[in-house]
Amino acid sequence: MPSTLLTVTHSAGLHARPAAEFVKTAGAYPCQITVRNVTDDKPAVNAKSILSVLTLGVNQGYQIEISAEGESAAAALQALTDLIANNFGE
Amino acid sequence: MQHCKGLPASGGIAIGKAWVYRPQRIKVPRHPVEDSEQEWQRLQHAFACARTQLQELAARAQTAAGKEEAAIFAAHQLFLEDAELLAAVQHLIQDEHLNAEAAVADSFEHYAEMLLALEDTYFQARAQDVRDVKQRVLRLLSGKENDVPILSAAAIVIAEDLTPSDTIQFDRCNILGICTVRGGPTSHTVILARALGVPAVVSAPLDLSKIAEGAMVVLDGDSGEVIVGATPETIAQARQRADSWQQQRAVELAASHQPALTRDGHQVEVVANVGSLEDAQQALAMGAEGIGLLRTEFLYLNRCQLPAENEQVEIYRRIFEVMAGRPVVVRTLDIGGDKPAPYLHIQTESNPFLGWRAIRMMSERPDILINQLSALLIAAAKTTTDLRIMLPLVSCLGEVKQAKTLFDQAASVLREQGYQLPEVQFGIMIEVPSAALLASHFALQVDFFSIGTNDLTQYTLAVDRTNERVASLASPYHPAVLKLIAETIRAAHAHGKWVGMCGEFAGDPMAAPLLLGLGLDEFSMAPASIPTVKQAIRRWRWDECKQIAQIALGFATAAAVRTYLQGVVRSS
Repeated sequence: MPSTLLTVTHSAGLHARPAAEFVKTAGAYPCQITVRNVTDDKPAVNAKSILSVLTLGVNQGYQIEISAEGESAAAALQALTDLIANNFGE
Repeated sequence: MQHCKGLPASGGIAIGKAWVYRPQRIKVPRHPVEDSEQEWQRLQHAFACARTQLQELAARAQTAAGKEEAAIFAAHQLFLEDAELLAAVQHLIQDEHLNAEAAVADSFEHYAEMLLALEDTYFQARAQDVRDVKQRVLRLLSGKENDVPILSAAAIVIAEDLTPSDTIQFDRCNILGICTVRGGPTSHTVILARALGVPAVVSAPLDLSKIAEGAMVVLDGDSGEVIVGATPETIAQARQRADSWQQQRAVELAASHQPALTRDGHQVEVVANVGSLEDAQQALAMGAEGIGLLRTEFLYLNRCQLPAENEQVEIYRRIFEVMAGRPVVVRTLDIGGDKPAPYLHIQTESNPFLGWRAIRMMSERPDILINQLSALLIAAAKTTTDLRIMLPLVSCLGEVKQAKTLFDQAASVLREQGYQLPEVQFGIMIEVPSAALLASHFALQVDFFSIGTNDLTQYTLAVDRTNERVASLASPYHPAVLKLIAETIRAAHAHGKWVGMCGEFAGDPMAAPLLLGLGLDEFSMAPASIPTVKQAIRRWRWDECKQIAQIALGFATAAAVRTYLQGVVRSS
């Protein structure tokens, strides 16, 4: 399963607007996407679920692992990587 | 009459009748259903109605408060579209044949509890949002969505707790103030109250069952004070205070982002004492030019082990980023036998304020300081902040030398790891008389001093300021304290070093001419005091302040100094 390791640099972490943007982007792809809080070593959750993403408690500077499987998996990973690399468009 | 003190959440004084908000507790029926398909339809209908309501609330919040506030309700809509949540509800209804109400209650509560279990208060506060949406859906399912109590006349809303939905639905014209028994300063309700400009106090220990509807309430959103059942005299006083407060505050706030210049053009720095990211944000809003005291104890309290380096880096970095290149003075751990930190093994001491605390832990536990210094340096390397590190409770020169050695050690380890470290100023607090008296020796070793007047007063006058029977003796206006302040500033300036002050004295507008006259370079205080003190500084000429300071130093008692200053303030 393709996956990628990233560091969340936004000051809010995966919370508030960044969390919403993250889920919205993931939701635009048909494949299954999961995200894992590597820093606190928590199990992976559905990246399209805002509540699940919030319960990961990802703060600024945390490392996350995103995995995708199925149709457009590579494109989905790229889109989420870009979103985080561009600091959620800020 | 109930009189209590809660946490100040949104500034201003509110006076009005009490309106106790007692939302209908919705009973959640729990029973098996035969036609689970029909039950699923019923649930989807409720979700659709809830989404429509939230769209309306988002529009309302956008007009009444702003874009950020509207986003709160946009996020609530996202919860309703959450695939995992919907799958859980669907499973309970269709596979477990549970009724819609119980399925909703259980599924939302699962997430609320997971959020509450997280360490970060930001994430914990989102549990309130999840429960808010849950209540909305339950109300719709019960068919009682219009049973919400309506605030029809101007009043102060008092409640056990308020959700963002509660807060936004009140008519802004009718809501004079907000007081909740629970709730913290980072809740969305507080953010809304601030955006709406409504004075608010949270965590106020009131007994709601004892509040008569329509009782007169005085609420002070700056001090956190709440009086329920206020007498006519109290109300009259409060009203006068509110009027003059508003006039004065408007003038101060209008100029709060201007520099603090005396009439003859002498500029001083006005900065803030903070203990969290929210404080830092508030400080900037109040016109702070930087942070003069970042307390770091919160990182160490109420936990079982020392905070990890990366956890510290994270918290410092967030604050540094918010301060965007402005100076930030960080005080290293100032903890002792009076605070709960079991993992430090501080023994019960008969005199914790004279005991093993603050910088004195360095010899036995150098790891704590090295760890903190490393975290600060890493956070500074990752941001543009102008970091200044400050040691608390220094009483002899050896402590400064030892701390600098540890600092150099931490820095060289980080450089070996490839960090580009910025220039960092190194200073000490002057809060022990020995340090003030030997300031000329200390000045050779450091870049700056910051005078902690609360402890300096306590140690100079031998008064425990937490002991009510003697606390009145603890006045920073005492000429003995003033002489130590004067000597500290003189010695520092003689060596070309700057001096700040981060005790409560710096935030007292009456002390402004005295401190200006003594040559203080930086005034650090609670964020809310910044506009007031800046305005107080602008009233004076520096040359007249120097004369005032010289005269004040000549008195024999604190009372004489105060009387003199009251006189000059009145006649200025």
